Amino acid sequence: MSGYIVEVNNLSKTYKSGHQALKNVSLQIKQGEILALLGPNGAGKTTLISIICGLVNPGPGSVQVAGFDVVKAYRQSRQKIGLVPQELVVSMFETVWNSVVFSRGMFGKARNDAFLQTALQSLSLWEKRDSKVMELSGGMKRRLLIAKALAHEPEVLFLDEPTAGVDVELRRDMWRLVEQLRQQGVTIILTTHYIEEAEAIADRIGIISQGELLLVEEKQQLMMRLGQKQLILQLQQPLATVPASLASYALDLSADGLLLTYTYDGGSDHNHVTEMLGAIEQARLKLKDVHTKQRSLEQIFVSLLEDAS
Amino acid sequence: MNWYAVKAIYLSELARTWRTPMQSIASPVLSTSLYFIVFGAAIGSAMVSIDGISYGAFIIPGLIMLTVLTESTSNSSFGIYMPKWSGSIYEVLSAPVSAVEIVLGYVGAAASKSLILGGIILLTARFFVDYSILHPGWMLLFLLLTCITFSLLGFIIGLLADGFEKLQVVPLMIVTPLAFLGGTFYSISMLPEFWQKVTLFNPVVYLVSGFRWSFYGVSDVNVGVSLAMILLFMFSFLVIIYWIFRTGYKVKV
Repeated sequence: MSGYIVEVNNLSKTYKSGHQALKNVSLQIKQGEILALLGPNGAGKTTLISIICGLVNPGPGSVQVAGFDVVKAYRQSRQKIGLVPQELVVSMFETVWNSVVFSRGMFGKARNDAFLQTALQSLSLWEKRDSKVMELSGGMKRRLLIAKALAHEPEVLFLDEPTAGVDVELRRDMWRLVEQLRQQGVTIILTTHYIEEAEAIADRIGIISQGELLLVEEKQQLMMRLGQKQLILQLQQPLATVPASLASYALDLSADGLLLTYTYDGGSDHNHVTEMLGAIEQARLKLKDVHTKQRSLEQIFVSLLEDAS
Repeated sequence: MNWYAVKAIYLSELARTWRTPMQSIASPVLSTSLYFIVFGAAIGSAMVSIDGISYGAFIIPGLIMLTVLTESTSNSSFGIYMPKWSGSIYEVLSAPVSAVEIVLGYVGAAASKSLILGGIILLTARFFVDYSILHPGWMLLFLLLTCITFSLLGFIIGLLADGFEKLQVVPLMIVTPLAFLGGTFYSISMLPEFWQKVTLFNPVVYLVSGFRWSFYGVSDVNVGVSLAMILLFMFSFLVIIYWIFRTGYKVKV
């Protein structure tokens, strides 16, 4: 065992159409972490998840889950995995209860009504247990898919675009649920193109584009490393122009002359904040307030994709 | 073996039958009963007996086969095609199950449904026609093997089909005509010699003949040949299913 719950090594995948969906992807996922895979449509996120879960035949490379190869030891690897697909694909004529009982059985677990009851209760579906799936709202169907994925008590949960097309309230519910699962020790890998989702819940971020994994990094480090910061100085008196003594700091002056903005590399130990503030004092500018702003993950994501293309 | 998965698929598929009793049970029983009424009780009394068996009794094994063949094929193809069509097949494909377990679940359920249906039709026939079963054990074996074999065929159709229309083509355009022309309503010895030879290329002849032998002890072809043919079909279908799962053809990309 390598210590990773999921290990992908040099994985490639080319479909019969000739489209290369994955190009030599390597990825290691630690137990208990939340990894968000970000990427535009067609980047290869779903292909990667589908190969790990057994839905798509892998190409060259290897994939292991809890140390088990997903092809050679598929039974052991798949028992560890729960998958919540992107689409609302569930048998519409089944009842909610039968649907989760089916899922648990499929993964080789003896029926455990008490566990399934708890799972349904935690997803606010217990009252609907005797309803047919077709009678549920879209949000409830999505929660049911999560209940089905959790029915066999997996160690790794894949959420493929879990909040695509859901309302804000349900999205927040999902995020709470993900946090709750993490506290129970479940490793979560989610794909999303909602940047704020990754920003809100992920420990690490992977960015994938055109089948290539551009980077995988701790969220905080990524934002520190690639995130520019801005120091915004609010002046007591408006300025007509930036004083010549401050020209080297490339300060931006707002149209009303009351805000000076200094942009610097948040991850660098060698910025010039101290010197710039000293120069402000020497220029006898009186400050009313000071605050900082960090570049969002979305801005980082967009710039990385631009660099890649 | 993941028996829990086999049970989950099996029970889920059977539950589909109980959710639609009119379509799954009542409809085929009613339509077969109409044959008993028309050809057995009404016209049958005016027909000459065949091989010493009244016409009404003669057609019972063939009619049961006709229903069992079409229902096995339809049930099984629909059972696997529906999750493919809706996308919920992801759960089967991502579960720790082998092809053997998937087949046992889906084909087992479809064959069970057909077996139950065959039993109900057999009992229903008693209301309209007198018949006897000379070899009940063989009758059950022929019925069971036919249910399984044609459920395997349906499973293949369901795996390969890419539209609802294609699901219906084989049962309606191939299985039903073969059953009608396979000695359901007549003994092939009643045909001209040339057509007797042509008919031997119809696989359903062997099923109907063997099944009829288990009722009345008379058959168009040797009962051993009938049994061998059923086993040959079953083996061929199993090989095709093995190939589909091995290559992922129309199942995985």
